[in-house]
Amino acid sequence: MRLIPKEIETLWTLFTAPVVWAAHFLVCYIGAALYCAKPELIGLSFSAVRAGIAAVTLIALSLIALSAWLAWRQWGFGRDDPPHDDPTRRDRTLFQGFATLLLSGLSFIAVIFTAMPALFLTECIR
Amino acid sequence: MSAAIKKRSLEEYKAQEERLRAVWANPAGWRYWTSVNNFQIGLWYSSAAFAFMLFAGALALLMRLQLAVPDNDFLSADFFNQAFTLHGTVMMFLFAVPIFEAVAIFLLPPMLGAREMPFPRLGAFSFWSFFLGGIFVCGSIFFSAAPSAGWFMYPPLATDKEFSGIGADIWLLGLSFIEVASIAAAVELIVGIMKCRAPGMRINLMPLFAWYLLIVAGMILFAFPPLIAGDLLFEMERMFDWPFFDAARGGDPLLWQHLFWIFGHPEVYIIFLPAIALMAMIVPTFSQRPIVGYSWIVLAAVGTGFLSFGLWVHHMFATGLPQISLAFFSAASEAVAIPTGVQIFVFIATMLTGRVIFSTPMLFGTGGLAIFVIGGLTGVMVALAPFDWQAHDTYFVVAHLHYVLIGGMLFPVVAGLYYYYPLIDAKKLSDRLGRLAFWLMFCGFNIGFFPMHLSGLRGMPRRVFTYPAEIGWDWLNLISTAGAFIFAAGVLVVVFDVLRPKHREPRDELNPWNAGTLEWISEPEEDWGVRSIPIVRSRYPLWDQKDLAREVNEGRCYLPDAEEGRREGLVTSVLDADPIQVLRVGGSSHVTIVSALSLGAAFIALTFHWWIATAMAAITCFCAVIYWLWTGTGEIPEKPEKDVGLGLSLPLYASGPDSVGWWAMFITMVGDGTAFASLVFGYFFYWTIHADFTAGIAGPDAIWSLLAAILFAAAWGLMVAARMFNRRGATATVRGLLVASLLTTVAASAAGLAAPWSPGMDPMRHVYPAIVWILVIWVLAHAALGTVMQAYCLARSLAGRLTPKHDMDLSNVVLYWHFLLVTAVITFAIIGLFPAAM
Repeated sequence: MRLIPKEIETLWTLFTAPVVWAAHFLVCYIGAALYCAKPELIGLSFSAVRAGIAAVTLIALSLIALSAWLAWRQWGFGRDDPPHDDPTRRDRTLFQGFATLLLSGLSFIAVIFTAMPALFLTECIR
Repeated sequence: MSAAIKKRSLEEYKAQEERLRAVWANPAGWRYWTSVNNFQIGLWYSSAAFAFMLFAGALALLMRLQLAVPDNDFLSADFFNQAFTLHGTVMMFLFAVPIFEAVAIFLLPPMLGAREMPFPRLGAFSFWSFFLGGIFVCGSIFFSAAPSAGWFMYPPLATDKEFSGIGADIWLLGLSFIEVASIAAAVELIVGIMKCRAPGMRINLMPLFAWYLLIVAGMILFAFPPLIAGDLLFEMERMFDWPFFDAARGGDPLLWQHLFWIFGHPEVYIIFLPAIALMAMIVPTFSQRPIVGYSWIVLAAVGTGFLSFGLWVHHMFATGLPQISLAFFSAASEAVAIPTGVQIFVFIATMLTGRVIFSTPMLFGTGGLAIFVIGGLTGVMVALAPFDWQAHDTYFVVAHLHYVLIGGMLFPVVAGLYYYYPLIDAKKLSDRLGRLAFWLMFCGFNIGFFPMHLSGLRGMPRRVFTYPAEIGWDWLNLISTAGAFIFAAGVLVVVFDVLRPKHREPRDELNPWNAGTLEWISEPEEDWGVRSIPIVRSRYPLWDQKDLAREVNEGRCYLPDAEEGRREGLVTSVLDADPIQVLRVGGSSHVTIVSALSLGAAFIALTFHWWIATAMAAITCFCAVIYWLWTGTGEIPEKPEKDVGLGLSLPLYASGPDSVGWWAMFITMVGDGTAFASLVFGYFFYWTIHADFTAGIAGPDAIWSLLAAILFAAAWGLMVAARMFNRRGATATVRGLLVASLLTTVAASAAGLAAPWSPGMDPMRHVYPAIVWILVIWVLAHAALGTVMQAYCLARSLAGRLTPKHDMDLSNVVLYWHFLLVTAVITFAIIGLFPAAM
């Protein structure tokens, strides 16, 4: 079995990290909103919700880190500098890698932003 | 000998040029309006959007006059309500969003080195829908029937017929119609940018404008459908008393706020990104160097596109949601400042490393960005929930949003107007008038809107039609009014500059600003877009490929001719833009106008509950669209391949994921799926707010639900089999399968109908039956459309227009069925099983 995926040629990889951010955001928001609306449904305390957010945050950050590493590889581990504007397949790939790497960085920060409220809030106050 | 060859090739060249010109020519006389040429559509679209902007601006001036002094009676309270509602609505839906669609339709083909957008008739349809819907919504104020509940139409005020009158229906139906136009434009833009770039224009060489527009079109697909779903619920409540937002019967006004702002906040960025995209074209030209940090701009565009979907609740900070929910959205609202800031720094870096020419477009651009930055900073302030609780619904927010939208959108659009005007007329606008307009607008804007921060902090609420003296708001308001009129004077100077006759001025050169991108080689006098389609090898081909303009205009590149008298362009691959197909697009036609007008008539008749007229208009629209599809799409070419020049021969037909039609279907259905997801969200939303959301009402019959799901799956399986057998050439089997699938679909729909029908669920009694019914109706409507498609494929097969090799219709319909299967299974699983599971 292959642990690290092969390099693939598609536009979609560009969006990996932001999609992880979006999924993480939705899970945190829906999870917390559900808990606050129907606390009896799960029967757990708010600290369990916070622990859950911590767990999905770690998963999301790892996925983004993986996407960043794949992007770094696609970028040729940074051997070439931007702007990657030659009319070649190679430069096109390097550009994709670099842009994906940048987006992974932004998504990483944004996931941490999203998770931070769980550090400070200890109950469902309205 | 060589002289003879030269003479012959010159003659041949002239003949080619004549044929090409004839094929792309616009019709003369009144038939001019049947043109579908991207140049014409773009021009009409942007002119109409500008006209709507001036109209909404005039409403704003009336409001400012009313507010200039305390206790004023210049306008009545009711007219004031109509004015601010229409002002916001028109500026957002009829100016800010459509102007970018207009500019994109106008600019993208030449910028990408394409002849046309992939679906020119769809573009025309989109324009006519927009135009008609816009006139309808704007015209209502002259009958004192305009919407008056604020541009976001909050229930319960807007659902109350006594307080909101017919205006709310006009808003809902008029705008739903325009939203359809926006989604049509999004389909056109995505397919155009992904598949119709000039050969060699790899994604790392694509103009940044195209990058931005690609992201924005994707955002439209996910942002507009929730509003369409919301409009549907809203109109069902107003028209048939289904209590979606009526708390007394289990509904909740907050669901509307969610659906509205899931649309509304991304919309701010849908407006802002294309304007910034114009800046990303203007700044390099006037710095006379390539942009610094191309990849960073892509990061900013994609990042903003995503993050903007995590902001919607910051419009709802004061609605009493749990603090942790508010905090998530507050965090995302802060995070979006990062990619937004990146773009500004990229522009500054580009200017610092180049030699900046401070032309009129740059003046508007940089002035606008300065204003936008101020609006961005107050945005960071109101993104903090505690501050927002103080500033909510005050003039502080009015100031903030105008700084963001006018700085981030209107100024860059005017910059774009001054920059791109030579493409329309081969003449520049006046530099002197431009500078005068800029200073009037810049000063007027700040004089007008800066004091609103202060009046807001002093407690002045939004949407009041007057206020008493002695509470410290009067002189601030007087200054605001003065500023608004100075600003309007600036806008009038721009209007005058555009409209004044310029025929005495000499024609300017082709590329007057010495820009680097492809749109500057197209000649305004010609309708063909580009004389021949070039091979692109640079981000700034006009700077780096010295002979390009000459080669293109001498017809030395791809498709310099139109031997068969058809409008043709190239389809290229997504990543590397390798040429893969010749795409024949539709020419001038009445059918776009007939479809748009009849669809518009259906919406308008619906507003007034004229049921027969609605039905007649809808049937007309249906027939027009079928005629359009039958005569204009999926055509089997007279030969499989065609020589496109430079020794390359390409196929004329493609189906499945290789064809642009398949992508259009896919993109449309993604939007459709988002609307469906919004309804499902509504279902679970009601579940969360009630201890028992069924209110003791018997739910849909589980057996019927299950049966419906199974039958829909069977119908889908038959469709997939039909496609498979068609490829094998078993035509008779295919026809049999299509009929079988159609009958199964009808049976599935009947079972689906029986599910909520058999326990006698009454949608007017409580929100639970209402939301179940709306989900079932959604599926049934899609199933009805699915049967039309099946019948269409059957007819195409019988007419010999659907063959084993030419199966584009069938393959697109099967794609539709994939989505329909998912919709049906999810719906019946939820309504049939979820109440039992809880």
